[in-house]
Amino acid sequence: MLKRLLSGDTPRSPVLTALLLVILLTLAFAPFLLPGTKSLETAARICIFIVLVASYDLLLGYAGIVSFAHTMFFGIGAYGTALALSSTGPSFLSIVWGSAAGALVAALFALAIGLFSLRVKAIFFAMVTLAVASAFAVLVSQMSWLTGGEDGLNYKIPRELTPAFKLFSAKIFGTSVNGKVLSYYLVFTVALCLFLMLLRVVNSPFGRTLQAVRDNDFRAEAIGYRVVWYRTTATVMSAVVAALAGSLLAVWLRYTGPATTLSMEIMIDILLMVVIGGMGTMYGAVLGATLFILAQTYLQGLMGAASSAISAVPVVSDLIAADRWLLWLGVLFILSVYFFPTGIVGRLRKARA
Amino acid sequence: MSGSAIKPRIEKVSLSDRLADKAPLLLVPALALAGLLAIGNPSTWLTLTVAGVAMGLMVFIMASGLTVVFGLMDVINFGHGAFVSVGAFVGFSILIWLGGWASAPSVFLNLAAVLVAILVAMTVTGLMGYAFERVIVMPVYGQHLKQILVTMGGLIVAQQLIYVFWGPDAIHVARPQSLQGSILLGNAAIEKYRLVAVGIGLVLFLVMRHILRSTRIGLLVRAGVENSEMVEALGYRVKRLFLLVFMAGSALAGLGGVMWGLYQETITAHMGSDIMVLVFIVVIIGGLGSVEGCFIGALLVGLLSNYTAFLEPKVALVSTIGLMVVILMWRPQGLYPVVKAK
Repeated sequence: MLKRLLSGDTPRSPVLTALLLVILLTLAFAPFLLPGTKSLETAARICIFIVLVASYDLLLGYAGIVSFAHTMFFGIGAYGTALALSSTGPSFLSIVWGSAAGALVAALFALAIGLFSLRVKAIFFAMVTLAVASAFAVLVSQMSWLTGGEDGLNYKIPRELTPAFKLFSAKIFGTSVNGKVLSYYLVFTVALCLFLMLLRVVNSPFGRTLQAVRDNDFRAEAIGYRVVWYRTTATVMSAVVAALAGSLLAVWLRYTGPATTLSMEIMIDILLMVVIGGMGTMYGAVLGATLFILAQTYLQGLMGAASSAISAVPVVSDLIAADRWLLWLGVLFILSVYFFPTGIVGRLRKARA
Repeated sequence: MSGSAIKPRIEKVSLSDRLADKAPLLLVPALALAGLLAIGNPSTWLTLTVAGVAMGLMVFIMASGLTVVFGLMDVINFGHGAFVSVGAFVGFSILIWLGGWASAPSVFLNLAAVLVAILVAMTVTGLMGYAFERVIVMPVYGQHLKQILVTMGGLIVAQQLIYVFWGPDAIHVARPQSLQGSILLGNAAIEKYRLVAVGIGLVLFLVMRHILRSTRIGLLVRAGVENSEMVEALGYRVKRLFLLVFMAGSALAGLGGVMWGLYQETITAHMGSDIMVLVFIVVIIGGLGSVEGCFIGALLVGLLSNYTAFLEPKVALVSTIGLMVVILMWRPQGLYPVVKAK
């Protein structure tokens, strides 16, 4: 049963299994285990980014395609839901049709870009997506009549998902089950389903073919698989899942703006999470996203403290200032591409073998 | 058999074929003409055209290194933008340091300050290119996926290091006295600095063309682009040649950074990665690896984005993407595809 749920792709390492279980259980009971809004925010962010990063892994790790437009699809989903909620009122119906519309637009965009640029070379696709994504981000911040420009959109979500709503008055483990908790579980459940679905996809014959295309596209073509078709389908799939993750973010934050969805920083974050977690493993997305967001939320404070402790040393204190943590992540990123391209997950699996 | 020797038949190149070969050259005047028709006012058009050519040439300076590096070694450097930023920051530091020269009323001192800034910036970015090639690019030859990832990582690190050394804020520096203001040509006001940029860009393009076409190194580079294994088999060290080209490309990116910074009068650590979007569009339009294509692509992008910025400001960047799409539909490999003998 469990094996079927994971599509036969078990973690294959005791340490990894333990880590994944800890993450799953903590996320599943986050509202009760970790009181306080900040930790719930972090937990929801982790759920959303696991989906986002896993969908990117489908592209990067399984299909071997580098795209810089993943935040564009993420943003399309978020803006779709946001626009639906702000134009047709806070109902569940508008969430559904907004997400569906966002996913559809993302799929069309991905199809267009894919058919257009995947015929040539992986490098071509990377450059085209970079250009298109930044043009899109500029366009969104300029079309302020529709998207609210740089300020983004604030909107209401259904009352059942706001803190004002109480499911019942009794408390469970000292936490009242309000709309925010329900909202969290909406995010968690959808994220879990999407992740399991992605796991299903990469372990299907389609996923295997995708890996074959990644490893040797010439041979795959010679055997009779239409490489362009497989690559484009993978791009569309990952775009749709990214758009759905964007919808989750839109519902959770009740705000959608360019900085939270479209910025290049988020794209770089996604890249870092995939590579550090482990490309082409799916579970790498879980570890990568979790570690990265925990570090982003908590480690920065630690670095700030360390930096002010040695503020007398001029350059060194600048090097470990809290704002400079991306520097060290960048170094870690380069090192992990060189020395363990399969990331943490690959390392853990190898340790057992 | 003996009597009727087969005559070699040399087919005449048909007119349409010859035109198709030259067609990309006609795009620039065609676009300029279309701009004139759309804008209507000739003096506004002249201002915009000079601005467009200046911008195009600056982008060309930054893009040329990237495209040759790709052509020669099949390496695409997503961290190229880092050299642009570093060049701008180093150049500006020198300009601030030489503040006396830059604000003096003498044209000579002004230009000397800019020249020193450019030379130092190019030296620093050239050396940085050396380190970048050795440490970051060399271990991942022939692996596109890793190249993209690793050079992207290099970009992140370089940007963060700029923050460490120069602080997180944007730096403003006014252009030297004699490069400020504009001259009137009829009714059209043309900024002096843009003319200087056009001058530097054109000279650089001609020098580069000369080096590539009529020197020994240029010959080797062109041969290497076509078939690097063959060049290696003939006893030349392609790797060393590549390192040289990489450093030259990085130095050019640094030069472009200083010029772009002086153009904007404001520099930020992420200016390099912002401008890279245009650079990539230019490189794709021109055909990966082709310097001439890159030149035409840069002019097209510069002109188009200045015209659209005047006519419809919001779609400036999108219009260049549109241009790229149209060109790729016409020639899927770019204007002048580089033929690989592999």
